[in-house]
Amino acid sequence: MADPLLHVENLGKRFGGFVALEGVNLSVAQGERVGLIGPNGSGKSTLVNCMCGTLHNETGSVHFDGHVMDGLAAHERTHRGMARSFQLPRPFVTLTVAENLRIPLLYTAHTRAGRHLTQEESAARCHELAGLVGLAAKANKLPRDLTQVEMRKLELARAMAADPKLLIADEAMAGLSQSEVDEIVALLITMNQRGVTIIMIEHIMRAVMAFSQRLVVLVTGKKIADGTPQEVVGHPEVIGAYLGQ
Amino acid sequence: MRSLYFYLTSILVAAAFFMFARWLGNDYLFFAGYTVLQFIVLATAWNILGGYCGYVNFGSAAFFALGAYSSVAVHKLAAGIDRYFPESLTGLAHAVLPLPIPVLIVIAGIVSGLVGFGTGYLTLRLRGAFFAIATLALAVVLQTLIVNWDFVGGSRGAYIIRPSDVPIIGSYIQYLFLVMLVLSIVAIATARLIEQSRLGYGFATIRDDEIAAEACGVPTLRLKLVATTISGALMGMAGAPFPYYIGYLEPSSAFGLSYAVNSIAMPMIGGTTSWVGPLVGAILLGTLQQVATVTISSAVNLLIVGLLLIGFVIAAPRGVVGLVQDFMRKGSAPTNTPTWRSRLAAFANMRPGAR
Repeated sequence: MADPLLHVENLGKRFGGFVALEGVNLSVAQGERVGLIGPNGSGKSTLVNCMCGTLHNETGSVHFDGHVMDGLAAHERTHRGMARSFQLPRPFVTLTVAENLRIPLLYTAHTRAGRHLTQEESAARCHELAGLVGLAAKANKLPRDLTQVEMRKLELARAMAADPKLLIADEAMAGLSQSEVDEIVALLITMNQRGVTIIMIEHIMRAVMAFSQRLVVLVTGKKIADGTPQEVVGHPEVIGAYLGQ
Repeated sequence: MRSLYFYLTSILVAAAFFMFARWLGNDYLFFAGYTVLQFIVLATAWNILGGYCGYVNFGSAAFFALGAYSSVAVHKLAAGIDRYFPESLTGLAHAVLPLPIPVLIVIAGIVSGLVGFGTGYLTLRLRGAFFAIATLALAVVLQTLIVNWDFVGGSRGAYIIRPSDVPIIGSYIQYLFLVMLVLSIVAIATARLIEQSRLGYGFATIRDDEIAAEACGVPTLRLKLVATTISGALMGMAGAPFPYYIGYLEPSSAFGLSYAVNSIAMPMIGGTTSWVGPLVGAILLGTLQQVATVTISSAVNLLIVGLLLIGFVIAAPRGVVGLVQDFMRKGSAPTNTPTWRSRLAAFANMRPGAR
């Protein structure tokens, strides 16, 4: 793979005596759709937190878009083009949907555009993003007035507002019905078609298979498989990890 | 245009109040009004960190006292120019000192702002109760330092003999009242400016969810430093004229519990997410306390604050602003046509999420 957008090398993280990640290597190319799967406690969210700067890795390094990310705060990584959504939606509860979308426009968009957006540009972008995820009618509502699926959509739209090169969607479909899962998968594919590279962390295999061009499997903090979805689901170690030996 | 209306309204209301008080010709009105205005500045300053960012500061009295003691220190320097300055500088010192109150306010703002910055830097990683305890500790540490600093009077306190009158205005208390009136407008304008700006949105994200804020690109640590500095500076500015108001300053009065309690209770009762909240809370509680002082006793002041705070926490946790906001939302039209209610909400910058 020539010049990957994201390159994680030998990443390690411990919580006291518990080894959460050990020697994880991962490369993601520009424009790729990667699924990251693994049983509960396998270290998926820890890996995302280390990549995004929410947690600091003890060993290894994260390279993104040709730059070393180690030591950079989470907001600085966002400024460089790495955005994420959270496993449990974390909206700004006292701000409206439109204001939620406005935050990355105020704090991140200028780092990419080279100037601060005008109020009109910002409002137009908020409207466009809210429309993209089907929340235009609820732009002036508070997050408490949204349904679960709308909350997930708000998470994704807010991450997209940062105009990212890479979007990491951490279990964006947990707790949703089948039709809602399909909606989110379609949304993620639309975002990818707009040029955003996406890593999707998910338990719902139907969604993972529909979305991913490549699958990476983590088990007890180690990467055990990396390949096309068809290759990975037939991998003996993956079958062992999911179904038991 | 909204800002122009705001400044014009503020200046007109302030001028009208000042002229009314002068017309009544009762100096007590200026004494009592000064205290209420001082609480408006303190409550507004507290709200910048506590209300907008969600960081509860129990050390308001420390910043207030720091401002007051900055003035005392400069006053002492002015009183002993020959003793404290080298001979080559005495001529210059005699020409400059004593400094007028507005300059003392600026000095107090710088000193308290720097201490606010330091406090913010040392407590960057602390949240919730831990941050509140750290600010409480700051007040104890600063009080101990002042008690042991003989230059500003130490534990025995310092006397400040103020001039009996000033040119043009006349009575000195009227001058102090006018200075505090201007400072209140400055504090409220600062809070309002922050609220409507990129900074205000950043503060709101810190209050709501710091991890999500970082993920959106908000530099939370830097913004917290900005908030602690602005809040500390304004509290210190409120304290700068205090020695001239009270005439005799001692540590227990400058670091009094009432400053810490009032600067928290007033925004909580008024509402914490709009600049209107601390203003309403300070006018309501400050006036009630002044009335209680002359009709019952000043000892009942903190009881009033406590009872009202309990009442509001139970019945209206979003304060007076929250009650008004609910009323306005109920009456708002489903269309986007502006109504007098929506215009009032826009003027007060009351966000729908305010709590």
